[in-house]
Amino acid sequence: MYTQALNTAETDDRGLEDAARAAQFQARIDAEERIEPNDWMPAAYRKTLTRQISQHAHSEIVGMLPEGNWITRAPTLRRKAALLAKVQDECGHGLYLYAAAETLGTSREELVDAMLAGKAKYSSIFNYPALTWADIGTIGWLVDGAAIMNQIPLCRCSYGPYARAMIRVCKEESFHQRQGYEIMLTLCRGSDEQKAMAQDALNRWWWPVLMMFGPPDATSQHSDVSTKWKIKRFSNDELRQKFVDATVPQAQYLGLTIPDPGMIQDAEGHWRYSEIDWTEFKQVLAGNGPCNRDRMAERREAHEEGAWVREAAAAYAAKRAQRQTAQAAE
Amino acid sequence: MTTPNTPLWEVFIRSRNGLAHKHVGSLHASDATMALQAARDIYTRRGEGLSIWVVPSTAITASDPAEKGMMFEPAESKIYRHPTFYEVPEEVGHM
Repeated sequence: MYTQALNTAETDDRGLEDAARAAQFQARIDAEERIEPNDWMPAAYRKTLTRQISQHAHSEIVGMLPEGNWITRAPTLRRKAALLAKVQDECGHGLYLYAAAETLGTSREELVDAMLAGKAKYSSIFNYPALTWADIGTIGWLVDGAAIMNQIPLCRCSYGPYARAMIRVCKEESFHQRQGYEIMLTLCRGSDEQKAMAQDALNRWWWPVLMMFGPPDATSQHSDVSTKWKIKRFSNDELRQKFVDATVPQAQYLGLTIPDPGMIQDAEGHWRYSEIDWTEFKQVLAGNGPCNRDRMAERREAHEEGAWVREAAAAYAAKRAQRQTAQAAE
Repeated sequence: MTTPNTPLWEVFIRSRNGLAHKHVGSLHASDATMALQAARDIYTRRGEGLSIWVVPSTAITASDPAEKGMMFEPAESKIYRHPTFYEVPEEVGHM
């Protein structure tokens, strides 16, 4: 979900590796052993994970923007405190994930630079705007809900540091979804205008949220190798279906209508959704979503405006180190 | 001026008195004071700990996974180091 633009060509590198070591590695994966940073691993495994974990980290950081926008306008102090804590959590999640990605050998600075240069992606969902307060409820309920659906299996991912980071993230994410649902519940129990606002937000977010799970299994080429390496445990369509089945009753409880007139419940109880408009998904990935340019501009500006802080901290640390050396020499 | 990469620190947290500090993750900070403050913000937002250690990652010497056999195998074959290796008749009771 956070690696919607995988470059599959690089997996061909495996042919160059020592076949015996690769077989040994696969045997460890098959035996459900966790791979740790200093263990031997195929170059393509390292590349795939570096890309997936760093893109996941970028998503957490960019994900602060649509919600951070509403902190000053939250309707009550209680909502404001909760939103502030949620946005702070997203930052923390980004940092856990950068640390996990770095164990594969690329520095955080390089990872961040790749994102700012537009070379690394983040989840396409954050290229949609949060127009009203109901969007904050919907983001918590659906965007975080979809993220949890994707992240729970990642807690058992074959790469130890990523799995451990995901365990921490999942523990914290549950609060995010619940606070979002509570906002929706309050709006739906409120005035007609408030309920209409909740419905409007659901109408706008529903399809982009379903797209978060990535292309349909029939067209997704990079799943095979991720599944073989136990980075991925469920297919895009399996996770999407789980999410839809969990969400429909929640929407019904709120008295909201899912904006999919063709949706029906099949004999096994699964909610079958209509065809997803993948051209929109491709457009957003290509940089043409409603907020792509804004998000990138804001990230670059924040990075540049923080440069003096990084420089000052480095200069101070260097001065202290120098003084210590001088004192030791006396 | 190009800023050097910010050093990496490993974070250990004691969740409550009586327990050992446990590794929880890592972070970047330019010095020890800032590393402690960042550790508080990143790893203890929900009362996870009472005490934090931060250690520069470069100060850690790790064993080589490739030498796992040489390092740990000798301990695995010494079953007589475990209490269950020794037979004590049931009549003697718990020992």
